[in-house]
Amino acid sequence: MTNLFNYIDRPSPIHRLTGACKLVCLILWTLAAMTSFYTPLLVAMTVAAVLLFRIARLKLKDISVTLGIMCVYIVMNNILIFLFSPMHGTNIYGTKTVLFHIAGPYSVTAEQLFYHLNVILKNACTIPIVLLFVCTTNPSEFAASLNRIGISYRISYAVALALRYIPDIQREYRDISLAQQARGTEMSKKANLIHRLKAASAILIPLILSSMERIETISNAMELRGFGKEKKRTWYSGRPFSKLDLACMLSCAVLMLLSLTLTYLNGGRYFNPFQ
Amino acid sequence: MENEPIIRFQDFGFQYTAQAEPTLYHINLDIHKGEKVLIAGPSGCGKSTLAHCINGLVPNSYPGKSTGSLTIGGKNAQNMGLFELSQTVGTVLQDSDGQFIGLTVAEDIAFALENDCVPVGPMHDTVARIAELVDVKQVLNHAPHEISGGQKQRVGLGGVMVGNVDVLLFDEPLANLDPATGKQAIVLIDEIQKRTGCAVIIIEHRVEDVLYRPVDRVILMEDGRIRYDGDPDSLLCTDLLPACGIREPLYVTALKYAGVALTKAMRPSYLPELTLSDAQKEQVRCWYEQHPNAEVNAAAPVLLRAENLDFTYDGGHHALRGVSVTVHKGEMLSIVGTNGAGKSTFSKVVCGFEKAQSGILELNGIDLNTLSIKERADHIGYVMQNPNQMISKTQIYDEVALGLRNRQVPEEEIRPRVEETLKICGLYPFRNWPVSALSYGQKKRVTIASILVLKPEMILLDEPTAGQDLKHYTEIMDFLRELNRQGITVVLITHDMHLMLEYTPRAVVFHAGKVIADKSAAEVLNDPQIVAEAHLKETSLYHLSALCGIDNSEEFTRRFIARDREVRK
Repeated sequence: MTNLFNYIDRPSPIHRLTGACKLVCLILWTLAAMTSFYTPLLVAMTVAAVLLFRIARLKLKDISVTLGIMCVYIVMNNILIFLFSPMHGTNIYGTKTVLFHIAGPYSVTAEQLFYHLNVILKNACTIPIVLLFVCTTNPSEFAASLNRIGISYRISYAVALALRYIPDIQREYRDISLAQQARGTEMSKKANLIHRLKAASAILIPLILSSMERIETISNAMELRGFGKEKKRTWYSGRPFSKLDLACMLSCAVLMLLSLTLTYLNGGRYFNPFQ
Repeated sequence: MENEPIIRFQDFGFQYTAQAEPTLYHINLDIHKGEKVLIAGPSGCGKSTLAHCINGLVPNSYPGKSTGSLTIGGKNAQNMGLFELSQTVGTVLQDSDGQFIGLTVAEDIAFALENDCVPVGPMHDTVARIAELVDVKQVLNHAPHEISGGQKQRVGLGGVMVGNVDVLLFDEPLANLDPATGKQAIVLIDEIQKRTGCAVIIIEHRVEDVLYRPVDRVILMEDGRIRYDGDPDSLLCTDLLPACGIREPLYVTALKYAGVALTKAMRPSYLPELTLSDAQKEQVRCWYEQHPNAEVNAAAPVLLRAENLDFTYDGGHHALRGVSVTVHKGEMLSIVGTNGAGKSTFSKVVCGFEKAQSGILELNGIDLNTLSIKERADHIGYVMQNPNQMISKTQIYDEVALGLRNRQVPEEEIRPRVEETLKICGLYPFRNWPVSALSYGQKKRVTIASILVLKPEMILLDEPTAGQDLKHYTEIMDFLRELNRQGITVVLITHDMHLMLEYTPRAVVFHAGKVIADKSAAEVLNDPQIVAEAHLKETSLYHLSALCGIDNSEEFTRRFIARDREVRK
């Protein structure tokens, strides 16, 4: 069973960055990509993202499942944009260059295609960075970094624990599902949808019950060891920022500023090659 | 100040808010620093509640009303919060998996320090020191699933020791460990206590296993009251333990059967120092010779044949290496071995949850690989360890009927079959109850019933008695034996040496993916090499027979078990 959130331990400069730094960079990078439709910037960021991916020594097959899901998402997203708003590009760029007509209100315009290119680029420059964060941040550091950027440590810890239990719950789900199958609950694709939904509930009830037991134990264990006693807490895996960390965060801040400046100079978020 | 007890219960009573009757009555108990105390008692006797009063979970997490007084470290415990108490009392919970909070060993040990805002530098130093003390230095960066059960417990102990507590409280420390690891845990607790001078309180119903290292005092509880509070030797001279539904050390029972009058001076609580006079040894020999050979059953036709099974998990873990096991019709047999020895993988392969890469697997001569999971389940029923993982309906009747309904059996046929099964399982009076109203042991029966209703020829149970006291253990096991008498083949995966001796004539021992022994349970447990290799624990009867000069310790064990079975009936 593949795990979507998978820390991959390899020696690389990106792995050595502190979790908090990576989180800050991720946020700045994503904001920069979200605010701008300035195509050259997006292209540059996409290239940089792919390069960073290489620097982190991640391989395509490490993330194939997640990448597959993301690709489906991008395709769906673009299809929906086109279906609901086929003239969106024309409205933005102010010209209309019809390449060919499909039917009714649907025509393919150069402006619309260019707009789609921008949407794809925005995704393409963000997704590798998100994956980079997920794959190179030691789960131990995750809660500490959330806490570092100002999120309450209780919430940070809750998030980290939830992530940690995903593999356990996956394993338990599998065990329960097998035991149910042995009693004749049909799980395979042979059964129809309603049957499969019923079957799923046969697994969920035991899964919820045993998760409740788990929660009771863990919350007792945590309280017995003083969780929640103070307003703050320290982190075993916490590290001070290194020079590289500071440099990375600075670069991302500059990127963010660049994106804003371009929007300002350009008089809008869009880079327009049509005028 | 030295004589001031660290824990003092004075006429203490407690009643949970949700319950009609008090759980504890008139408890008077002093525990001093440096003492090692065993609190024993059957399930529901109040020993866990007593422990929760000491660590503060009562009343902070489980509210209720208390009477009398409880002082810990000179302060009234009822006014102390959980956090304040945790500075004095360190608790190691029963579930060593569930209490593992950190993502790695080091972080888990550091957890209390993190909550105390200890700066990172000193924190790393403390963790290193404690890791050394509980011997987990090699695995500091490992995740919980990468270390063994015994190591997890060491980590749990380390996690409470960082706080320099005065009291270490162990809630059923042996429940989730294999026998040899349990033995090591008892040794570790003993060493830590000697080194730190803490008061150690062990809550456990497996008295013999705890007595592997001496304890200062035993508190025996029954029905919320203290029945005995004193030294272990005097306790073993009485019949209080069996009277309260707790198993005595086997060698003590054997001595009693032989008519040896025990005295405190003989040191019955610590086997290495047990002294018997020549006359007493003669008594034991006489008893042995007077008792007939235990009967050995003749072999029945083959039901399940596994030959040369090989299985490797996706991740590359080679879990079964040429495993061959034959199960005969009507047999009751144990599969034992350490965690990760291949026992569970074997049962998964048999049930079709996993498919062996090579080897033969036949049931009644039919190749099992041609059958689906569902089809196999008509022949082989699998009962998981935790009943909560199996029960998916809210009503007992529906739960038991589920398998039949899934097989499109007509409803008019289902009713008599379900009712008959419920009768066999002693659940008929509860047939219209919701599952949630049942006790753990009853839930276990429901899961067994839900499997039996499919009329399998063989049932496979994973740790059927885990966490059960002697009474419930006997109930479940006698029930399984009764099923076995009715012709159902029963295969048990277990860590419990006594279960294997008492109920299953044959034991298959797994180690590192191989079968290293397949013979009678008594033979297995009297073979020091197998015992060491498979992390089992030799029975104390082995030592007793050696002490009394009886050569055939296996036969001694067998005769004892036969006698014990008669007496307990």
